[in-house]
Amino acid sequence: MFGFSRPQLIAFLVLLVLIVFLPFVLYPVFLMRVLCAALFACAFNLMIGYVGLLSFGHAAYFGMGSYVAAWTMKVWHVDASIAIALGGLTGGILGLGLGYLAIRRSGIYFAMITLALAQMVYFFCLEAPFTGGEDGIQQVPRGFLFGFINLSNDLTMYAVVAVVFLGGFLTIHRIIHSPFGQVLKGIRENEPRATSLGYRTDDYKLIAFVLSTTLTGIAGGTKALVFGIATLTDVHSSTSGEIVLTTLLGGLGTVFGPVMGAVVMTSMENYLAQFGAWVTVTQGVIFMICVLAFRRGIIGEIGNALKLKL
Amino acid sequence: MIMIFGIPGPLLFGQLLLGLINGAFYAMLSLGLAVIFGMLNIINFAHGALFMMGAFVAWMLLNYVGIGYFPALILAPLIVGAFGIVLEKTIISRLYKLDHLYGLLLTFGLSLVIEGLFRNGYGSSGLPYRIPAALQGAVDLGFMFMPIYRGWVVLAAAVVCLATWAVIEKTTLGATLRAATENAPLVQAFGVNVPRLITLTYGGGIALAAFAGVLAAPIYSVNPNMGTNFINTVFAVVVIGGMGSILGSIVTGFALGVVEGLTKVFYPQASATVVFVVMVIILLTRPRGLFGKAA
Repeated sequence: MFGFSRPQLIAFLVLLVLIVFLPFVLYPVFLMRVLCAALFACAFNLMIGYVGLLSFGHAAYFGMGSYVAAWTMKVWHVDASIAIALGGLTGGILGLGLGYLAIRRSGIYFAMITLALAQMVYFFCLEAPFTGGEDGIQQVPRGFLFGFINLSNDLTMYAVVAVVFLGGFLTIHRIIHSPFGQVLKGIRENEPRATSLGYRTDDYKLIAFVLSTTLTGIAGGTKALVFGIATLTDVHSSTSGEIVLTTLLGGLGTVFGPVMGAVVMTSMENYLAQFGAWVTVTQGVIFMICVLAFRRGIIGEIGNALKLKL
Repeated sequence: MIMIFGIPGPLLFGQLLLGLINGAFYAMLSLGLAVIFGMLNIINFAHGALFMMGAFVAWMLLNYVGIGYFPALILAPLIVGAFGIVLEKTIISRLYKLDHLYGLLLTFGLSLVIEGLFRNGYGSSGLPYRIPAALQGAVDLGFMFMPIYRGWVVLAAAVVCLATWAVIEKTTLGATLRAATENAPLVQAFGVNVPRLITLTYGGGIALAAFAGVLAAPIYSVNPNMGTNFINTVFAVVVIGGMGSILGSIVTGFALGVVEGLTKVFYPQASATVVFVVMVIILLTRPRGLFGKAA
């Protein structure tokens, strides 16, 4: 099912058990933060890991998804499920527009263009009235799911976040193991050859980009719901950088790497928060170590040591 | 008072000058990025952080050693350039055989470290740097009052940009450099020390960024975020200009600064985004950039 190999299936079952039992051991709000970051990183990994395009502006889709979900919850009092869906829709539509521009160049230019476009979105959010400027949208009520499940309880909320994450995770896994995903990998390995085989590579890249930004928007919307807040930090370029690091640390192009990266990064932010700007320095150092000596990432190295594809 | 398109002349020219100043920084930074990219095939994400470092070194020279603005204009680029050379020798040179994206990621990490360290040491509120006495005051040009320092920045930037262009296009060293950009192994076969050339190119590009940083210090307050604020726009400038031509980078930088300044006069809300809008238009009509070579 879902194209899992045997070791991957075992790893997935371990993940599933952890997701079910950890909230009884650890603080659920912390775990929800991890799951949102993990979904974000998995969505990002779809582009860098399987299409080979480094988007340096994924915060734009995360942040806009977060803003739209928060705003519709707070002002229109929509159902939680609709708010999250609208977050995803926002990410997807924005990704369609900006992706259409960005896929015109590849490699380093793609990274710079996505970064610049995300910066444009950031300036838009800074000026636009509905985002609340520097204050952001605060005190968003969690409200109800499907009209009757009260989400103010942390464990109930956790269950919803876990379902959203697992849904996203399995969707991505299904995508990359579909014939469509095989074509993406073909494009990553040798684009002229994929073109010569008759594939319209630009269409494939754009569809992958939109899928990635849709899931990113869903992650953003879920995050807004959990914490009741959407701010400029979500659209800021530092968030884009963090998600690149998260994925790199866990392992680019691995299935479980982004999840592992999210666990490590979120814990680190949690424990280092008291040290202020040292968080940035630590992140920078990890970035450099990963690039210089540790390019496979945590899961990539484990997989390599066990000779498995995780 | 002169009115131009219903805008008072002094306001228009004032914003044009501010635009030219921003343009000067865009030009110097994108020029450095283009030179480094040509030689190292790396997008130097740390460019903004090193620009900021130039401003900080000038501030430190003044406050710790008592060295003033004009010597700092020479010393700070030398110090930061030397730092760049150390970086290239110790870290960046390890990545030449890998995908270009790793160079981008490494220099991004580097910029986080540098900015984080300065934020720890000096806070993010910004430190003042006085305009040197010789460049204080303003002159009456007839149509506007021009603060001397602002005129100086545009002039100094233009001279340095053109000097860089002249070195690359008109000297033997520049010819070797261009040859090595085209085909490094062949140039090496002629007995040129290409790795040293690469190191010097990186140092030179960094020195250019640091020089821009010193020029910027009296205009913007010296603070750890000053580089990040610039560099995101500079990436858009690089996409618009394409990295194929030195003169192209200079012209694009100045022109976009002017466009930004004019937008501030006629439609202030869009002034922060206008460069990105231009980038979108260029991507739709000429994806390789104004001066870029066909891919």
